[in-house]
Amino acid sequence: MSIRARLQRNYPGFALDVDLELPGRGVTAVFGPSGCGKTTLLRCVAGLERRATGYLSVDDEVWQDDTQQRFVPVHRRALGYVFQDASLFAHLNVEQNLNYGMQRVPAALRRVSLEQSIDLLGIAHLLPRQPDALSGGERQRVAIARALASSPRILLLDEPLAALDAARKAEVLPYLEKLHSELDMPVLYVSHAIDEVARLADHLVLLESGKVTASGYADDLLTRLDLSLAHGDTAGAVLTLTVSGHDEQDHLSTASFSGGVMSLPIHDKDIGQRLRIRVQARDVSLTLQKQSGTSILNILGATVRAIAPDSPGQVMVSLDVGGCTLLARITERSARTLSLAPGLSLYAQIKGVAILG
Amino acid sequence: MPSSADLTAVLLTARLALVTTVLLLLIGTPIAWWLARSPSRLKSVVGAIVTLPLVLPPAVIGFYLLVLLGPDGPLGRLTQQLGLGLLPFTFSGLVVASVIYSMPFVVQPIQQAFAAMGERPMEAAATLRASPLNAFLTVALPLARPGFITAAVLGFAHTVGEFGVVLMIGGNIPGKTQVLSMAIYNHVEALEYQSAHWLAGGMLCFLFVVLLLLYSRGWNRRP
Repeated sequence: MSIRARLQRNYPGFALDVDLELPGRGVTAVFGPSGCGKTTLLRCVAGLERRATGYLSVDDEVWQDDTQQRFVPVHRRALGYVFQDASLFAHLNVEQNLNYGMQRVPAALRRVSLEQSIDLLGIAHLLPRQPDALSGGERQRVAIARALASSPRILLLDEPLAALDAARKAEVLPYLEKLHSELDMPVLYVSHAIDEVARLADHLVLLESGKVTASGYADDLLTRLDLSLAHGDTAGAVLTLTVSGHDEQDHLSTASFSGGVMSLPIHDKDIGQRLRIRVQARDVSLTLQKQSGTSILNILGATVRAIAPDSPGQVMVSLDVGGCTLLARITERSARTLSLAPGLSLYAQIKGVAILG
Repeated sequence: MPSSADLTAVLLTARLALVTTVLLLLIGTPIAWWLARSPSRLKSVVGAIVTLPLVLPPAVIGFYLLVLLGPDGPLGRLTQQLGLGLLPFTFSGLVVASVIYSMPFVVQPIQQAFAAMGERPMEAAATLRASPLNAFLTVALPLARPGFITAAVLGFAHTVGEFGVVLMIGGNIPGKTQVLSMAIYNHVEALEYQSAHWLAGGMLCFLFVVLLLLYSRGWNRRP
């Protein structure tokens, strides 16, 4: 199970040229600034760019191979595509939209039932509505369900949250996470929002001016100091924890990982379940002695791995916490005062309220 | 009251407009699709040709059709060889002339509807396993419905009102090629203003109601 994509697409003044081997499971995020060719890459994979050249296979199926003059037209590729603007059919209601793709797949090849996709996206109450009577978030959920109901081998999502405001985004994101945990379907997710990527992606492809600058596990790439991703205000690390307890009274949950136990705002996940959290570099402070009498709930033993300059007067510190990586963004002066150097043992402090889960 | 000859002219006109509209929807749809979608450079040429009847004096269209379809014209020879005989001064001749005369009124609204929906619905349909033809029938046509309604109404109404082309190619044969506008002309020539009023007033009311329906929201709303 894997996706092999060696694709080129030339425009006047812009060229997409990628050579990628992607895992055939989990969420792969294609991340990069606007105009870097993310959407073009996705359209090439879908076959919507007839002028793309190269080679593309998904699992054992070859969708494009120029050396064999092979180009499988879009409608014969078992894929689901969600456009940025949902693109629901305005002349059909929600239920008819969902049926459109499903009906065109032979019954024997249907792996996702209509009920399943309706349940996963929580849209049962929307079925009789017309698309123009839906909110932006609802529209995207219907579009995702519509794509799922066509039992694709791969789901292609083109910035499905970009057109939504923060509240609508927060409404749709949990469904995308549910999709991730409940369906064994590879997802290619295009985004320019680092918070979405950090929450959803297992694998990450960084794209810049049509070229791949890095590709690998998301958790690794997000903290690699040689990449721009691990710098600036939005930089942060992703940790995978196991929920170990809930304190209803204080509205806190505890979760553990190899680096220790953390307290965070209460979560609805059950004890024993895995939880992905994001710790932003600007929310991590460093101290040489373990502090007492502090409001900070999470104090973890850490070792400095590397230090790299960030914006003027600031440095990004990469930390080893029980084998996992955390980032801390501190001032250059603090780094000097603490005499930070690779190998130094210290404590990383994270405010409980700053953890994004 | 209108005479029975007048009623014959009314029915003939209605039949002509109906046949013309149906034919134009069939011919005009692929042309409109091509004009809205094709990246071809020929597009501007074809677009100009299709729009020509909009600006050409009807007498000019009629004259050239008469020449082309006549016994010595290339199309006339063809129709004779095919055993269809000569088309001028027949109902079929009128249909051919009307199709050309009303072409832009049908093609343009459909073309605009196709252009307005953009590529996206067709792309979305393709990602949902619809073949191009299937996507055209199940997505593009229903989405362009308002364009089709406008096209049908304008094509029909415009054909009902034609005069110059009919005069040249159809003549004025009662029951065969004498349409409404010819009948009105005859009445006016004979100073039968009362009869002319019945027909002209009737046509005015009919076309006004048609346009009123077209512009009222209920009928032409997007699906």
